[in-house]
Amino acid sequence: MADSVQDRVIAIIAEQAVLEPGDVAMDNSLEDLGIDSLGLVESIFAIEEAFDIQVPFNANEPEQSAFDISSVAAIVKAVEGLVADQK
Amino acid sequence: MRRVVITGQGTINALGQDVATTLDAMREGRCGIADLELRDVDRLSVKIGGQVKGYEPEALFNRQQIALYDRFTQFTLIATKEALAQSGLTFAGELAARSGVVFGTAGGGVNTWDENYRSVYEEGKNRVHPFVVPKLMNNAAASHVSMEYNLKGPSFSVATACASSNHAMGQAFQMIRTGLCDAMVTGGSEAMLTFGGVKAWEGLRVMSKDACRPFSATRNGMVQGEGAAVFVFEEYEHARARGAEILAELVGFAMTSDAADIVMPSKQGAARAISGAMRDAGLNPEDIGYINAHGTGTAANDKTECAAVADAFGHHANDLMISSTKSMHGHLIGGTGAVELLACIMALREGVIAPTIGYEEPDPECALDVVPNVARDAKVGAVLSNAFAFGGLNAVLALRAVA
Repeated sequence: MADSVQDRVIAIIAEQAVLEPGDVAMDNSLEDLGIDSLGLVESIFAIEEAFDIQVPFNANEPEQSAFDISSVAAIVKAVEGLVADQK
Repeated sequence: MRRVVITGQGTINALGQDVATTLDAMREGRCGIADLELRDVDRLSVKIGGQVKGYEPEALFNRQQIALYDRFTQFTLIATKEALAQSGLTFAGELAARSGVVFGTAGGGVNTWDENYRSVYEEGKNRVHPFVVPKLMNNAAASHVSMEYNLKGPSFSVATACASSNHAMGQAFQMIRTGLCDAMVTGGSEAMLTFGGVKAWEGLRVMSKDACRPFSATRNGMVQGEGAAVFVFEEYEHARARGAEILAELVGFAMTSDAADIVMPSKQGAARAISGAMRDAGLNPEDIGYINAHGTGTAANDKTECAAVADAFGHHANDLMISSTKSMHGHLIGGTGAVELLACIMALREGVIAPTIGYEEPDPECALDVVPNVARDAKVGAVLSNAFAFGGLNAVLALRAVA
């Protein structure tokens, strides 16, 4: 697997936002990228499938979730953590 | 227009396998939500639900019937039997021709889908039972009730997700009101607590893993339930002429569509349905003493519903009571409005307001009197029952007491 976690997460988010990966900046929030709550749930599903991980996320309390979704960088970091935990 | 009254009610749900037990549970604020007992539950991340426990279909139905009755149809037949026994109505001749069945269900025979998909996909079988189709179809419950009780008028099923029952009962109400029918058997049923049924809901990430706590700041999602409730709606003069006991009067109904989002609710759409039901009933906001809320326990529903009630009622929003009995029986999806109508009738007949249990902490976005944790004695003359479905389809019923 040549692509880094970061590249793959950005590719998933870009697809959801209908953008080119190059147009997704690490400090963007999902809101900046035009991703709504349904898009967020879909992105998390895609991440779980891509990395074969379980993301702890409840749409009722996104702020209290152990999974930080405040920016693209935060999501990448959280996914890296979950992937590392799995090994 | 003709008046429409309720002369019978029946139910089976997580709180009880008849109306008396269910109402006792609501009065006591008992919780029917518990650990799910179903195949492969260890592969689910949501493991709780308002499940009907200690249920033995073999004691109630014979082998041929079970071959044709999915669990949602069984629930419907059980609730119908209780409702019709209470009403005392039997159907023959002209009354049979002018009486029908309208039931809400979102999923229909979900257990039948689940079991047979498992058999062909997982177990690799190439043959299924010959009755799979008539068992799983959404109208199976309505059809079996029509056959069992000789109801020969308009009969059909309504599927509008979480508003199915209210839409169904609204149709039944209007058919009697406008003179198309004289009596209707109506309500709703759902039996979606299967591995596939729960798995599908898990995917949406809106389910709670521990409890349904509507309107509480600590709420973290909805909890599925299952069961049925069935009512006998009857034209007022017809019911009076035969000396039937009248449980309550249906006085208004309104439906709206948000026309906005497939899952996020709209305050405007909900408020229009609430105001519409009052207008249809000829009631003023001050007349309404209690609302049985949609109150799913999700972040999105509860704050939107409270804002809609505040819009529709103005200052009176602070004087009325609004509770979500889903905290006790769970969300019966297409059957939920029917079970919740039991709480509305209890409020009108007995002056007991069912509580919102699991309430821990006030939420400023849900700052209404939600009857937290303990049932309350209060005399109310008129009530509403809210249902707001995914897909933005809203249906609100208005009832009042009959002296």
